[in-house]
Amino acid sequence: MTGVSIPSKSQFHQAPMLPPPKWVEGDPSLQEITDDVLRPMEGLPGRAWWICFALSAAALTMGLSMIGYLFSKGIGIWGENNSVGWAFDITNFVFWVGIGHAGTLISAILLLFQQKWRTSINRSAEAMTIFAVMCAGLFPAIHVGRPWLAFWLFPYPNQRGPLWVNFRSPLVWDVFAVSTYFTISLVFWYLGMIPDLATIRDRATNGIKKLIFRWVSLGWDGSHRTWSRYEVVSLLLAGLATPLVVSVHSVVSMDFATAVLPGWHSTIFPPYFVAGAIYSGFGMVMTLLIITRNTMNLERYITMRHLEAMSKVLLLTGSIVAYAYLTEFFSAWYNGNIYERYTFFSNRLAGPYAWCFGIMVLCNVLTPQMFWFHRIRGSIPALFVASILVNIGMWFERFVIIVLSLHRTFLPAEWGMFIPTIYDVGILIGSFGLFFTCFLIFIRVLPMIAIWEVKGLVGELRVHDRLVSNLRTLRADQEDGTQEAACA
Amino acid sequence: MPRRFLVACFQEEESLLNAVRTVRGKGLKVYDVFAPYPIHELGVAMGIRKSRLPLAALFGTLSGLLVAIGFQFYANVLDWPMNVGGKPDNSTLAFIPIAFELTILFGGLITVAALLVRTRLFPGKHEHLLADGITDDVFALALRQPDRRAVASALRQSDVWKILEACGAKDIYERESPP
Repeated sequence: MTGVSIPSKSQFHQAPMLPPPKWVEGDPSLQEITDDVLRPMEGLPGRAWWICFALSAAALTMGLSMIGYLFSKGIGIWGENNSVGWAFDITNFVFWVGIGHAGTLISAILLLFQQKWRTSINRSAEAMTIFAVMCAGLFPAIHVGRPWLAFWLFPYPNQRGPLWVNFRSPLVWDVFAVSTYFTISLVFWYLGMIPDLATIRDRATNGIKKLIFRWVSLGWDGSHRTWSRYEVVSLLLAGLATPLVVSVHSVVSMDFATAVLPGWHSTIFPPYFVAGAIYSGFGMVMTLLIITRNTMNLERYITMRHLEAMSKVLLLTGSIVAYAYLTEFFSAWYNGNIYERYTFFSNRLAGPYAWCFGIMVLCNVLTPQMFWFHRIRGSIPALFVASILVNIGMWFERFVIIVLSLHRTFLPAEWGMFIPTIYDVGILIGSFGLFFTCFLIFIRVLPMIAIWEVKGLVGELRVHDRLVSNLRTLRADQEDGTQEAACA
Repeated sequence: MPRRFLVACFQEEESLLNAVRTVRGKGLKVYDVFAPYPIHELGVAMGIRKSRLPLAALFGTLSGLLVAIGFQFYANVLDWPMNVGGKPDNSTLAFIPIAFELTILFGGLITVAALLVRTRLFPGKHEHLLADGITDDVFALALRQPDRRAVASALRQSDVWKILEACGAKDIYERESPP
């Protein structure tokens, strides 16, 4: 214990007090917070919103018409072939599920860890999660061939025996994991919104609006007896959702890890996929928040400190992802299996799709390392570009894992190439259209910042400030007293 | 019979907390407190008992676990055993992921349902606000009228008003709520 000195009681009392971090800029009154957050909902949308909405609605329409064509022709219109039976569809599925990980991570795990910075970003991140999981669910549904029979994925009593689904298959686990994740995220999102829906109800002057919000706010009256139970349930849900976040992408990774294919058959997949999911999710949250804070004047609530905190999460998870890439290469080399070595060293590094691997490394390994520098973390344009690169990189990561492992397997006679058709690309763009259309409608019709949580944070800060000033006065009085005693 | 309440409105959470402590110190019973956000010290100040909702979560999670394990066992072993890759009918380990997911699904849904039942929140319920602006920036304290304890401790109505005013209440009034 040498070298460690325990501060005496007086030293302890005189230690400088660190102010708690300010996650809301300025010192807005409670009413100002309500006004600021609800302003975008109460006025007419600006030109920027209409342009974004038109673009995403157009992309969505294009995607939907291509899906209609797909239903009439079958999945032969995609670029899949006998060698590469899984390509864009599953890549997009894993990509969107991954993006969906940030929302519940922010609302559940950061709540358990008492990270205050989650308060002004959790609502929009949760909404993003729900829309991303919707986009994800689209791809397996349209890939089953006869999508009108997609409900066969669930075990329901049927007239074919009943013939149950194969519970040993990771693909069935996926159905349960993703639908549970969607349901719990939706419930968590809605539950967190009830007090804010009541705020909108009480401000509404329009009869229909009041009626709708009365219906959805469940008669919330701000009673503390309700609040205290509500907070207990929020914590319980956070506790339940935390392992859920980790489980979903672990289960998704088992779709691959339980196969014997080199490039897929790997025990590090679950943690590797979870880290990648959080990485891509935070990338997407960052992209969306930078756009919304600037176009909707919410800089006071979504501050640079929030963006900086997120970039640190990107740095951490990006580094875990980079470490996982290295581990994959090391195991391929170390286990001596010629197929593993071929898949990683000859095919990924130098094969026909090496450029995809290059993009992946550039975006996922090198880009997050930029966040070591304070100047980059503090620059909006740099953060914006980096967040988009993160998502490009993560899409390519899934493409590399899936297509590069499938197109050259054990028998060279089975080798082939995958070339996407216009329908592959079109439906991918269409899924972005679905995502952004939903998000743009969300920021117009629902509060995109949790008003009551921000108010609680501001209230807590105020109490803290008053406590500190009281303590300061007390200390000054004490010092005066000791000086007087010394003089006497 | 409509219930009558004495409502005191505050602009700061600290004055509200102070009022709750003072009023309870005088032996009066706090009917409820209304606030735009949860104030953590209020639970102790109001003497609210620990919630039993975690038990609902425990019940939900356990039922999810049992249903999932039980159903997979029933479907794969009792109802229609299928040979998939020579694996045993009762592949318990392979049933774990679905059991885990359903544990969480049942736990979450049952906990939220229990909350809604306990706090009597349901779609379309007409809200009864005892003060205007409590979903915005007003903190309110409500006391039942007439309070038997106040009668017992010989506190007059005017005394209660004075106590609330001294605690910083901006507005004090009586209001009736529908039964």
